[in-house]
Formats: sequence, C-alpha cells, structure tokens
Amino acid sequence: MSENGYDAQELMTINAARELRDGLVCLVGVGPPNAAANLARRTHAPNTVLVYESGAIGAKPRRLPLSIGDDDLAETADELVSVPEMFNYWVGGGRIDVGFLGAAQIDRKGNINTTVIGDYGSPKVRLPGAGGAPEIAARAREVIVLVRHSVRVFVEKIDFITSIGPAGAPIVVITDLGVLRPGADGELELTAVHAGVEADQVREATGWDLHVADDLQHTPPPSDEELETLRALRASAERAPGPA
Amino acid sequence: MSLPDAIAANVNDGDTIALEGFTHLIPFAAGHEIIRQGRKDLTLVRMTPDLIYDQLIGMGCASKLVFSYGGNPGVGSLHRFRDAVEHDWPAPLEIIEHSHAGLANAYVAGAAGLPFAVLRGYIGTDLAELNPEVSQVECPFTGEQLSAVKALDLDVAVIHAQQADVQGNVMLWGLSGVQKEAVLAAKRAVVTVEEVVDELEPRPHSTVLPHWVITAVCTVPGGAHPSYAHGYSTRDNGFYAAWDEIARDRDGFLAWMEENVVNASEGVTA
Repeated sequence: MSENGYDAQELMTINAARELRDGLVCLVGVGPPNAAANLARRTHAPNTVLVYESGAIGAKPRRLPLSIGDDDLAETADELVSVPEMFNYWVGGGRIDVGFLGAAQIDRKGNINTTVIGDYGSPKVRLPGAGGAPEIAARAREVIVLVRHSVRVFVEKIDFITSIGPAGAPIVVITDLGVLRPGADGELELTAVHAGVEADQVREATGWDLHVADDLQHTPPPSDEELETLRALRASAERAPGPA
Repeated sequence: MSLPDAIAANVNDGDTIALEGFTHLIPFAAGHEIIRQGRKDLTLVRMTPDLIYDQLIGMGCASKLVFSYGGNPGVGSLHRFRDAVEHDWPAPLEIIEHSHAGLANAYVAGAAGLPFAVLRGYIGTDLAELNPEVSQVECPFTGEQLSAVKALDLDVAVIHAQQADVQGNVMLWGLSGVQKEAVLAAKRAVVTVEEVVDELEPRPHSTVLPHWVITAVCTVPGGAHPSYAHGYSTRDNGFYAAWDEIARDRDGFLAWMEENVVNASEGVTA
C-alpha cells in the first residue's frame, strides 16, 4: 500500500482499464485482466464487450467473477459457445479487439513465457503453460500485458517462447512501475512512469538496456472514482456464492 | 448402471482417457472412482487438468498427460502436477503440451474422424518445436503455412451432465466446453448425471448427446463438486483455494486423499 492509499495491483488494474476504449471486444482472463475489463465497463467504457474463453460472449457479470467459468457469466451472456467454436470462430477468426496476457518472463520483442523456468526437459519451475495465450497474442488486434516489473521477469532471453510478440500489432505492457510500448525499432521502450517512479528505477528493474522514450509521460494517479469502483467490484467477488 | 460398475467396465489400465468439462461440469466423482479402483498407466487428456488431474497424477494413476493449461484457475499452481514434472513423484509423467486452440482442434479432428486439424497459431512458438503432435502444412489454395495438430484417439471419454432421460439421451447446458467433441472422439463414453428424467425439455444453449453415442449413464448428484452443474449447484471457489494448501506437500495430500476419496463411498465428493 503506497502513501496515496492504493497498492501495486490496483495501480496496474486501473491503468489497464484506461487502455480500453469504449465499444471494444475484449477477451478477458482470470485475475487482474478480469478486474480491469469490468472496471472499464463500470466507468468510462460501458459498452465494452466481454468475451471469456470458457465460451461466454457479451457477458455482463453482476459481480466480479472469480473464475472464467462462473455461472453468472453464462447467465448474463448474449451467447454461449463451445470451446472449439470460441477459438476457431471468435479468437482465431480475428473477432477480438483486445486480449490480455500475463507473463512469467517477457523479452524486448514482447515474446512471452508462461511454460517453464529453466530447461523444458527438467524445469526448475513448471508453470501452467499456454492456455489461450498463443492465439490471443497472434490474433487479437491489440494486446495488453499485465506484469510486475523485475529483472526476473523482464529478461534478455526468455527460457521458453509460449507466445510470440505481436509483430507490428499494438502491444502495451503495464507494470507496477510504468508503461512500455514498442518504439520505432519494434522493441519495447518505456513510454510512461507512474507517480513517484523515476525512469532509472525502471531501467534497473529491466534485464536489458531499456530505452526510455524522449517524451516520457507520467500516468495520472488512480482517481477516487476508479479506486472506489474497483474496490466495490472486488468486494462483490468476495460475496459471491459458494461454500467457503 | 452404478458408477463403480461403469468405471470397471469401461476404464482399463493403459487407456487414453479424457475427463472433460471446461471450468464447468468437471466429472470429479468419476475421477475419484478411477482412483479408488487403482487404475494405472493412464494417458490423461484434458485442456485444463484442474484439481481432478492433480489428484489422479498424485495418486499414481497416470504415465502421460496431454493438456493445454496446468494451473489452479485464479489460485496458482497444481502442486501434484508440478511435483510429477519437476521431481518424477510419484512417477515420471510424460507430457504432450498444446495451446487451448490446438487441443480443442485435436478433439474436433478426433470427433470428425479426420487425421488432423488445421489452425493458425503455434507458428514461431517453442510449443510447435517440442510437441510431436504439432506440425505444419501448406494451404493447397493460398500457399499459407498453417499449423496441423494430430487428432485425438481416445479409448474413453468421461463427462458430467445435468440430465439424462430414461432412454439414456444426455443433456447438458450452460458453458458446454469440449464435451461433445470428447465423447465423439472416444470409443466409449461414460456419463454421470445430476438426475434422470422421463423426458428432456428443450433449453437454450443446450447440448444433447443421443443415447447411441453413450456407453454408460450413472446418476451421481453433485458429481461435479467442487466444480458445478449449472442450475443445480455453484462452483465451490473456497475448495479451489483450499486445495493449494492440501496439495502442497506429499504427505498432506496423501492423507487427504485417503480420508476423502480412497475410503469414501461412491458419489461422495469432497
């Protein structure tokens, strides 16, 4: 929790929500992306279309879903489709405007590892793997990556290419320190820092020689409205039914 | 048919088996019965291994896993899956690893009786290099390089559904996952249901599997717990969170399984 009363996760979630322009079709995963997309729908982007890879298209959850298979998503969706249809017609068919991804490691090209740390055959840490990420990275028109900033995550060479960086397509990486976007050479560069963060601090937390944009921006701190709406959303998830 | 009889008759050591249900209708009770009957050397196929495959792997039922996302959704790791891959405990686990799109299409090709399916994706990733069931084909019309995934050939599919009728036709609704494809890609299909009704009523977003593609139907109310059956139960999110601690170390896991699965009776799902 910072002096201003918000934590790193809230800062990242709110900045991710701000990236969503109203009316976009957004493929949402579990965790912070889910909170970000639902926050956008309750603030500046009420017409955001939420698509969950479990098969819910146009879901309008009444509370923050705790899993992508929440029955509230099925009950409020415009359409429910099977998983093969979801990936073939809707994701593969290029009907997703914005997809969210997480990362255990990311490189300067935006390639992402969510598979293993160490050698694939005898991994130090076995991670969950690909899920929907490779197709989202390849087929969504824009990709938002949400990840904590550290030299363990922002590495020169990732251990495994789970998803390739979207060559030429817009990608934005939102961290607890700032925002990275591709520069003219296609490599991620620091385009904005959050309040109280210096560019050198971000460079130190990056495992390659991170370029800082000439016109480095400062993200506005989370507003009271954003924070209150996000916290109310989270509280709604904690009230969700299901034995504890 | 009783669940123990259905599993005994349809699931053999060494089978390639899919227990499907994508975030919904996961057939936990059937998985527990497989554990109780001590099946070995299974090739387990499932898009999201979830807690049920963590349990089957940790109890030594599997020698191979075909999957696309091996996490505890919204919670973190599947510790028994990790222990098997990282430390060969309780036995080495061979893995065939896909993306969701790739494995979904492997089911589709299996259901259609085709040798492989075609999709974009995989290209440029290490998954394409390491998975022997992913290759490339050139489109004969445009010359585009596309990914090919080998069809699944399942011995048995196991699913949970809301209802069957007295004839054995099965209906499920809500998020329908990849269950239809799993059943049609398998030689045998075992279905647990919440209830058997005289006649199935048409419902929006429902999938009906006719009785002649189903091998056995067993009435097991609550058979998806801690997953859920839309209209009958809700997902036990608290149990998914609690599993992280239960499965974290080997002894704690084994003690929990002994008490809640191995020594529990049919249809009782912790």
